[in-house]
Amino acid sequence: MQRKLGLGVLLLTAVWLAGCATGTTTQAPVEDRSTTAPAETAPDGGRPDMGTQALPQDDGVPSGALPGTVPDADLLAKRRVHFAFDSSALDEENRRIVEAHARYLVANPTLIVTLEGHCDERGTREYNLALGERRAQSVERVMRVLGVSANRIRLVSYGEEKPLAPEHNESAWALNRRVEIIYK
Amino acid sequence: MTITKVRAVLADCLRRVALLMLLAPLLWAAPAQAILSIEITQGADVGIPIAIVPFAWQGQGKPPQDLAEIISNDLVRSGRFVSIPRKDFVSFPKSEQEVVYKDWRVIKAEALVIGTIAPVGPDRFDVQFRLFDVFKQAQLAGLRYTVSASLLRTVAHQIADVIYEKLTGEPGAFNTRIAYVTREAASPKAPAVYRLQIADSDGHNARTVVRSAEPLLSPAWSPDGKRIAYVSFEDKRSKVYIQNLADGRRELIAEFAGINSAPAWSPDGRRLALALSRDGNPEIYVLELQTRQLRRLTNDPAIDTEPAWSPDGRYIVFTSDRAGRPQIYRMTADGRQTERLTFEGEYNARASYSPDGRMLTLVSAQQGRFRVATLQLDSGALQVLTDTALDESPTFAPNGRIILYATEVRGRGVLASVSSDGRVRQLYRLEEGDVREPAWSPYNRELQY
Repeated sequence: MQRKLGLGVLLLTAVWLAGCATGTTTQAPVEDRSTTAPAETAPDGGRPDMGTQALPQDDGVPSGALPGTVPDADLLAKRRVHFAFDSSALDEENRRIVEAHARYLVANPTLIVTLEGHCDERGTREYNLALGERRAQSVERVMRVLGVSANRIRLVSYGEEKPLAPEHNESAWALNRRVEIIYK
Repeated sequence: MTITKVRAVLADCLRRVALLMLLAPLLWAAPAQAILSIEITQGADVGIPIAIVPFAWQGQGKPPQDLAEIISNDLVRSGRFVSIPRKDFVSFPKSEQEVVYKDWRVIKAEALVIGTIAPVGPDRFDVQFRLFDVFKQAQLAGLRYTVSASLLRTVAHQIADVIYEKLTGEPGAFNTRIAYVTREAASPKAPAVYRLQIADSDGHNARTVVRSAEPLLSPAWSPDGKRIAYVSFEDKRSKVYIQNLADGRRELIAEFAGINSAPAWSPDGRRLALALSRDGNPEIYVLELQTRQLRRLTNDPAIDTEPAWSPDGRYIVFTSDRAGRPQIYRMTADGRQTERLTFEGEYNARASYSPDGRMLTLVSAQQGRFRVATLQLDSGALQVLTDTALDESPTFAPNGRIILYATEVRGRGVLASVSSDGRVRQLYRLEEGDVREPAWSPYNRELQY
C-alpha cells in the first residue's frame, strides 16, 4: 500500500506540476498528516475522496529556479511557517511561503484554507491558545492583503496542545511554534 | 474489496468510535482504581509526633475502611507530622477510659487519636474519634459521624482536617478533591487520549468525568463543588462546557467564533468569566448563567485572558499583554477600572486569588524559567516558590496554605505542590502518561453529622 501510494504521488505530482505551469485549476491537494488521530476525520462525515493527488514532498529542493527566486511550487510544498518565541511576526522567508499560498488560493477560488496556530509548551496554556490564534491571524493578514477573501480562510488555535516535537528543548520548541496551512 | 471501499468502511467505523467518544461524557463513568501516587519530596523541619490507634471495629469480620491509616497518611503527607508506627504502641485504647497517658509519653507521642466504627444499619456506620494532648492529658476534640460506606474515606479526611487544625492552628485541606487532565498515548506518534479526572486529595477514588481524543483544558470547579467547567477541543476548536458531576450531564456554554476558553466561576456561582475572541482578539467576558446574558469587560487589541475572581466577587484579575508581554492586571468586576499588578519578571500570567483574598498565585518567568510565584496584594511583593522551569496552572487549596501546580520532571508531565511558605513539597505522579491542569476543589460538603 505504501509503495503504491508513493508511486502514485510521484506520478500525480508530475501531472499537477504540469497543470500548475499552465494555470489550470486542480483538485485541492491532500496533505499527509501522519499525526492526525483517527477520530479526527469521522465527525466531518469523512473527507471526500481526494484520490492520491498531492503536492510535492516537503523537502524544499529547488528545481529550475531563476537565480535569487524560489519557484512557487517549492514554497507551496511547505505547509507550515514558524515563529520566534512569544512572537507572531513573520520573517521574510516565512512570509514568502505564505505569499505563495495566497497566490495559489487566488488562482483557485473554490479552495478553502484552514490556518492552525500553535505554540511551544512554555508559558500558560490559555495565553498560548491566544498566541496561537494571533499567529494564525498574522498569516491570514498576509493572505487577505494579496486578495484572498475572508470567507475562504478559517482560523483555529491549538495553543501548546498539539506539538510536532514532544521534546523539551530549544529545537523542539522552535518546530512547535508554527501555523499549519491546511487545504480541504 | 477496493481501496475506496476499505476506506469507506474504515471511515464508518471511525465515525462510530468518534460518536461514542462524544457521548462518553454523558455516560456515567465507572470509578477507576487510584493511579495518582503522591510522594513527599521535602517535609517541614519539625514534625509533630502523633499516635493514631486503629479505630475499634464493633462489627463482624474486617472493618470496611482502615480510617486510622487514611488519617495517618493525610497528616504525614502534609509534611507537618510524624506518625508513630503501630508496632511501637504499648496499648490500644478503644475509649477515653482506657487511655493510659504514660503509655504514650513513653513512645514520645505528643498527640493521641483513638476512635471506633460500628455498623448501625444496612450500609450505615457510626464513627467516633477523640484527639488528646498527651502532655496536658486532656481531650482536644471529639466528634461523631453517621454515614454510608461510600463516605467513610471522606469522614477520615474530615477527621484529619480537625486534627490538623487543632494541632497546627491552621485549617486542613484533606477533605477536598482535585481535578486534573491526563494525556496518554501508546507511543509519541500514536493518537492520544485525554481525560478529565477527579480524585480525592490523597489520589484515591480517581474517576474519569470526560474522555476525549482531543485536548481538554482549564477545569474549573463551581463554588458548590457540584459542577465543573472546562474547555474541550472535541469539535476541533475550543468550546466551553459545564458538566454536572453527579450525573455526568453537561451543557455547551460557549461556542462563539474564535477562541472560547478560560472559564472562571464567580464566588456566588451565578456567573462565568470567559476569554472569547469572537470580536477579533481575546477579551474577558462575563456570562450570566441563568439568563445567558453576555457582557464584555475588556476592550483593547491586546490578548486579555485567564480571568479569576476575588473571593469577595469585587475584582477580576487577568492576564494581558497590552504593555507588550503578559502581565497581571486587576479590574473591578464591572470592568470599569483596571490597574496593572505585576512589574517584575518578563512574563506573568494565570493568576488566581488565595481564599483569604490577600495574595495571588501565578506563573512568573525570569531568564526564561517559568515558575510558580505568589504576589502579596498589599505590598506588591513577588516571591518565587519553586526551582523548576516549566511550571503551569498553579491552584490554591481551599485552606490557602498549599499551591498545586503542573510541571515537568524528567520529560513527563506531573503535578507538584508547595506550601505557600515554600517549606513542604510533594510530587503527584501518574503511572502512565502525563498529568496537567490541576484544579483544587472547594471543601467537600457531603457529610451529615
